[in-house]
Amino acid sequence: MEWTGLFFYLVSILIAGGIYALLCLALNIQWGMGGLFNAGIAGFFAIGAYTSAILTTGESSKHLGGFGLPVFAGLLGAALLAGLMGWAVAKICVRLKSDYLAMASIGIAEILRLVIVNESWVTNGSLGLAGIPRPFGEYLAGRSADLVFLAYVWTIVLIVYFVAMRLYDSPWGRSLRAIRDNEASAAAAGKNIEKFRVQTFVIGCAVMGVAGGLSAHYFRFLSPSATDPLLVTFLVWVMLMAGGSGNNRGAIVGALGIWSLWSMTEIFTNRLPLEWITRSSYIRMLLVGLLLQVVLQKFRSGVLPEKSPPLRFRK
Amino acid sequence: MIDFINFYLVPALAIGSVYALGAVGISMIFGILRFAHFAHGDLMTLGTYGVLAAAAIFPVNPLLLVPFGMVLAIVSALLVDKVFYRPLRKLPTIYTVISSFGVALIFRSLVQLLWGSQNQVFGSGGVRPPLVLFDTFRVSVLHVQAVVATSVIALFLHFFLSRTKTGRSMRAVSDDPELAQVAGLDTEKVVRWTWIIGAALAAVAGSFAAMDTSAHPNLGWNLLMPMFAAAILGGIGKPMGAMAGGYIIGLAEELSSYHWIGDHALISPSYKTAVAFVIMIVLLIVKPQGLFKGRLL
Repeated sequence: MEWTGLFFYLVSILIAGGIYALLCLALNIQWGMGGLFNAGIAGFFAIGAYTSAILTTGESSKHLGGFGLPVFAGLLGAALLAGLMGWAVAKICVRLKSDYLAMASIGIAEILRLVIVNESWVTNGSLGLAGIPRPFGEYLAGRSADLVFLAYVWTIVLIVYFVAMRLYDSPWGRSLRAIRDNEASAAAAGKNIEKFRVQTFVIGCAVMGVAGGLSAHYFRFLSPSATDPLLVTFLVWVMLMAGGSGNNRGAIVGALGIWSLWSMTEIFTNRLPLEWITRSSYIRMLLVGLLLQVVLQKFRSGVLPEKSPPLRFRK
Repeated sequence: MIDFINFYLVPALAIGSVYALGAVGISMIFGILRFAHFAHGDLMTLGTYGVLAAAAIFPVNPLLLVPFGMVLAIVSALLVDKVFYRPLRKLPTIYTVISSFGVALIFRSLVQLLWGSQNQVFGSGGVRPPLVLFDTFRVSVLHVQAVVATSVIALFLHFFLSRTKTGRSMRAVSDDPELAQVAGLDTEKVVRWTWIIGAALAAVAGSFAAMDTSAHPNLGWNLLMPMFAAAILGGIGKPMGAMAGGYIIGLAEELSSYHWIGDHALISPSYKTAVAFVIMIVLLIVKPQGLFKGRLL
């Protein structure tokens, strides 16, 4: 009994870790490869979560819905809508200094939170959406469903990982890194900087949307508190920075590592006396903030630093 | 008409003062240190709680205790700059932006840890009687105080920036940092003064915002977006522009929920924050250097 409990605890960490790995891979495409600063990960995550949830849930009098589409279609919709929003943000901001992109993306995230709480005909406001299906949910129940979902999440992580690896090594990725490292010389070489940046941002946002969708299907319930910027935006940045920005494997390692640390400290703090439990969440937040500073100053390249692919010459 | 002045125009000027004071700091930091300071809102919160802590000890008008908050904010800003921002100064500024996100988190969690996360009100919490002028205008005393204080601060700031040596070097560094350094200006001193002024004004702004409603750990974070909009509107590196920007954003937000057409609010009050954001987006598309010829970084 003890062992099965532990096993399924591990499964839950791996599922959430997989969703974070997706967010990290997406941020790595934007920041690690493209040098674009996205401070509104929570916003794109939220749009993905709500899109996928609304597309797949059944009829309800409380919110928009009744499409009852399969989960895969929901995730596709999530990617599309999140990508579209990313396109709009990027189109406006990429020509300006990266600080402006940060402001606009964080602004979008905050506005979306307002929309989600206020437009209850779509989202059921702060009461949230319930009864969101899981993939293959009609055949499975209980704990075996968790295992299937684990496989589902990690299949998507692997697909995104291979796509990201391919992108990194492609001519497209090389141009992107050239732009990141030296904008002027890339422009002189005839690269359309704005176009590359917009594409990068859109791809990243679409993946963030998928991650949002997956989290909605995992918890089967979605409320505005699920898109807390602390848990989504900040934590993902710390994960990528610690794991190694520019390195896709580093992104996954960072996501799993930091998420395990975050969850393990929860076990520890839950044993504290009651008045300290609420405080402990602030202490954890404080530590995440400090960890980010340490990583920024001492381990900027992360656990797995970026390694440019070797040059290959055609014979 | 009278309702318009009592319930929309005067509160708009009051919230505009808060934005103006906050935006000055953001604009100066962006102009001189070249990065968007995302911890500015939480610096405001910290300053506000400094005033709140002093108010718990001294039973006087909380306005007299604002200097305590200013000192707390200044000390924290200088400390954060020394420990967290300065080691990153040689890198691309985007690293400092990321660091400031972490600092925002640190400030907020410290406030929650030390003072808890519940809403707190200044003084006895009772409603103070409004000021009645000419039997028709009823305005809150606090709103008048906020507008007057901001005007006085603007005057002093203008004097400081145009007449004193430090103020002039600040403007010089903002306009052209390399040239300023070559001319032998003490850049570190300029940076120090930027933080001192920015943090002090942030504490004042936060205190007014908290006295108007209540103090809570997300107070400053929620004000960040309109303050950025105000700073961009006024032109980065233009403190007086940021002041004007603050009032424009404040007016736009409050007046957007006035029933201009028909009986309903033009825009639902719950979307007030979105107004500032839309203004910012339009600016970024049309005129990213702002209204007063600020610099485009």
